[in-house]
Amino acid sequence: MRFLRRFLARLKNFATGRRDDKRLREEMEEHLARQTEENLRAGMNVEEARRQAVMKFGGVGTVREDYHAEQGLPFFENLLQDSRFAIRMLAKSPGFTAIAVLTMALGIGATTAIFSLVDATLLHPLPYPHPEELVRIEDDLPGAGATDAGISIPEFKDLQRSGIFQYVVLEIFGSANLTGVSQPSRMQYEGVSPAYFAMLGVKPELGQTFDPQDQTPGFTLDVVISDGLWKRAFGSDPHIVGRSLRGDNDLYRVIGVMPPGFRDPGRTVGERNTEQWAALNFPDDPAQGPGRSLRLPLETVGRLKPGLTVAAAQSHLDALVASLREQFPGDYPADSKWTVRLVPLKENLVGNVRQSLILLLGAVGLVLLIGCVNVANLLLARASARSREMAVRQALGAARNRLVRQLLTESLLLSLLGGVAGLAIVFCMKGFLLRLIPESLPRLNDLSINWTVMLIALAASIAAGLIFGLAPAKQAGRLDLTTTLRTEGRGSKGSTEQTRTRRVLVVTEFALSLVLMVAAGLLLRSFWDLYKAPLGFNPQHVMSVQLWLPSPNDPKTDIYGTAAQEAVFARELLRRSRLLPGVQEAALGAEPSIPLRHDGNRSALIVEGRQTQGKQPPLVERSQVTPEYFHLLEIPVLRGRLFNDGDNENAPQVAVINQAMAETYWRGEDPLGKRLKLGPGRAGVGQSPSKSWITIVGVIADARTESLADASVPLIYLSLYQETPKELAIFLRGDLNPSAIPEEVRAMVQSVDPELPVYGAQTLNDAVAASLEQRRFSMDIVAAFAVTALLLAALGIYGVISYIVNERTREIGIRLALGAQRGKILAMVLRQGLGLAMAGAALGLVGSVVVSNLMAGLLYGVSPTDLLTFAGVTLMLTAVALAACYIPARRAMRVDPMIALRYE
Amino acid sequence: MVPVGNPKSDSMTEKTDVLQGTLALMALKTLDVLGPLHGYGIARRIEQISGDLLAVNQGTLYPVLLKLEQEGAISSEWGASENNRRARFYRLTRLGRKLLETETRDWEQTAAIIARFFAVKAEDLT
Repeated sequence: MRFLRRFLARLKNFATGRRDDKRLREEMEEHLARQTEENLRAGMNVEEARRQAVMKFGGVGTVREDYHAEQGLPFFENLLQDSRFAIRMLAKSPGFTAIAVLTMALGIGATTAIFSLVDATLLHPLPYPHPEELVRIEDDLPGAGATDAGISIPEFKDLQRSGIFQYVVLEIFGSANLTGVSQPSRMQYEGVSPAYFAMLGVKPELGQTFDPQDQTPGFTLDVVISDGLWKRAFGSDPHIVGRSLRGDNDLYRVIGVMPPGFRDPGRTVGERNTEQWAALNFPDDPAQGPGRSLRLPLETVGRLKPGLTVAAAQSHLDALVASLREQFPGDYPADSKWTVRLVPLKENLVGNVRQSLILLLGAVGLVLLIGCVNVANLLLARASARSREMAVRQALGAARNRLVRQLLTESLLLSLLGGVAGLAIVFCMKGFLLRLIPESLPRLNDLSINWTVMLIALAASIAAGLIFGLAPAKQAGRLDLTTTLRTEGRGSKGSTEQTRTRRVLVVTEFALSLVLMVAAGLLLRSFWDLYKAPLGFNPQHVMSVQLWLPSPNDPKTDIYGTAAQEAVFARELLRRSRLLPGVQEAALGAEPSIPLRHDGNRSALIVEGRQTQGKQPPLVERSQVTPEYFHLLEIPVLRGRLFNDGDNENAPQVAVINQAMAETYWRGEDPLGKRLKLGPGRAGVGQSPSKSWITIVGVIADARTESLADASVPLIYLSLYQETPKELAIFLRGDLNPSAIPEEVRAMVQSVDPELPVYGAQTLNDAVAASLEQRRFSMDIVAAFAVTALLLAALGIYGVISYIVNERTREIGIRLALGAQRGKILAMVLRQGLGLAMAGAALGLVGSVVVSNLMAGLLYGVSPTDLLTFAGVTLMLTAVALAACYIPARRAMRVDPMIALRYE
Repeated sequence: MVPVGNPKSDSMTEKTDVLQGTLALMALKTLDVLGPLHGYGIARRIEQISGDLLAVNQGTLYPVLLKLEQEGAISSEWGASENNRRARFYRLTRLGRKLLETETRDWEQTAAIIARFFAVKAEDLT
């Protein structure tokens, strides 16, 4: 209580800046006067009386200091004083201040930028209430080699009744033609159980969403749209609720609009860009709906009951699965080993980018560290120049820890300035940075400089300031006063301890730079190998444009209902495509035939003559193309033939497979003539089970059309005229103008059918580049960091060698005067610099091996201990070090002994 | 103003703290016994009673008085001394009186324990 009153009184004095000097002086004067009087009465003369009084009183200065210390808050007063002094000192050497602040700004700015990315992507990717309760439910059939094989309706109902979940929701994704608005376009939609919005816990911006209790079977005609679609297609019409739109020619009614930030937590970019939600339900009566073993291509997402951990829920679920397997042995054959897995939604979303982002964070942390080391070096150099000043101050009575505090204040001021500058840079460049980030990174939240990020920036600044401030501050506190004061000029040698510290710092800098450069080099090589991997097809001068044939619910309005109708349309499209300017070849294919689509589109494979009872069939990638496709992409045929005009809707179905598929399923045999059937996989519209047996007529070479990293993905192609998909792509090869083609194709297609949207025009080269996007992003950033680190390290070594040369100017002068050759001086200095660099390289190599092994998952085609990369990087580092040493070395060489010896 | 600071080695700081503590108590007691008094009077009284303790460095009393005032144990105002000179008079407050009681009790307790401890002989401890 007393302490509090005292503190408050002191705070008040500090805040009002009151210094009651007058009162103290009067009281002291009064005291001295009385004592003098008494001394006079005791018999002393006037001067003696006064002198004795003063001596008895004690040190006036000390009393005043204690009084002032008691009056105000000495800690804060000192802090203010130190800050003002620090500002003046920094202003006096603007060059040094600018470099230090810039270095810090770069380091802290980069750290902040990457951290805000990590924050939006890893730490808070799910902007829903209680996101830890959201899970994805995946069915696995490990016995048949299938993961995430889809759920059946009776299983879904079992999950709903299990008591583990508050809500379980089915989702199916697709695209549809949006018409009934000004310009036909394509729209991503999602069919969901009505509980979807209740599960995610987000309220609509306008109107309403689905009632979770709604059990009406089938698709509803009421839809909810996204804010983006509302702005894009309806011009933010305020009377949007109740308006109608047509999806694939079917009429729907808008009942609500979701808020701008809302996105579906899907796994792919397409799913996350869902713009329209329709509700779907399956009938309750098990006899009416699909059966238990019919797995549908649906996603299942659920929200756990509050308080239930994922592990506990998983064990409940395992028990449920076990009992269902016993109950229905026919539907769950023992060797398929059906299991159901819960994956936290956040994990699902960010799992595969986590490693890259952690790598980035590590890289940027290293850069910040190197920046700190550099600034520490700069400060040390400055400190040694000020060593006389420090010695004088201490001789005058300054307390050591007061001086240390003052130096730390300077460092903190530098780093805080750097931090603020860094934040400002990041803020200004936010737009530019956002564009660098590939779309495949899950970013449900927008990148923002929120409080967490700013707190991290502040913490980084303070930590940096303390780190690089400690070395010079400690050194100032340990000065030997007499020696420092006696030596003239700027100190002849500086303390050996200080020089050693500087060398250690430079070695560390080089080590850290080496680690970063090795990481960048390995990533670069991975990227290059991937980029240069033989594609197996030729993407040069090829463009693809997509269009979508509607699948209206009413078959009477479907003009592309039969294979014959669609074949007519396809042939007409091809004919007109060949007439477009610059086109040499044209082909049509289903959407999965577009290379590097990353759309999982697999069907179950049933080979004739192979036993499949009781087992779940394997899945293969399936697509439909016109015969010209293979020639257009320059994929060679190895055996048999390609499709021809005889393979139409009346002829038996034929297929062309790739070498990988032949090897996998018909190893050692000739696959030509073999027959198979295809069942439904996890495909979208148009992938119905094949009606009859399909005969293999040809085998083509493997190509990296599914993944750049893997050439041996089993693929099967069917003729587009026999099996007619709804999602199509037109392929064009020739001397094409990429900016004119989209419009020309649109005009051409809409001249055949004006209701068809045409979209997604891209060159195949762009498709290849896009599939490399995420890797390129990591590589670019790490490379940028590595270059920055190298520059900083070069600056560091330049500083140290310069400083050493300056210190030893007299010694060099003496040597030269005594007859040493200039070349030897040069060699001596260079040797010093090289020694530091080599020590740094040795340390760095050890660190690099550790880091590269940690990064192994991100590399392709290059081992973590790739000799070429390591050797190359080390050589580059050495070269840079030599270059940086050369300038001060030359200066050493050109020392004029007369001047050096005379300079005091 | 260049920060110079006050070099106090560790042992000296300790001594000052102890001195400050006892000085505060003595000042309070003086005011309790003699009533309102000015700084010089308090110093003289302490010097008389404690002998050497405040024979020198009498100035150290003033920061102590300020501390007591900021804690609310004493209050001060300008007044006229015996020979009509202007002086700052200090007076004990109610809070200060309570403080004095508590501190006196504590001191007596401590003294009693120490006395008992010194009176115990080696044999009594086994």
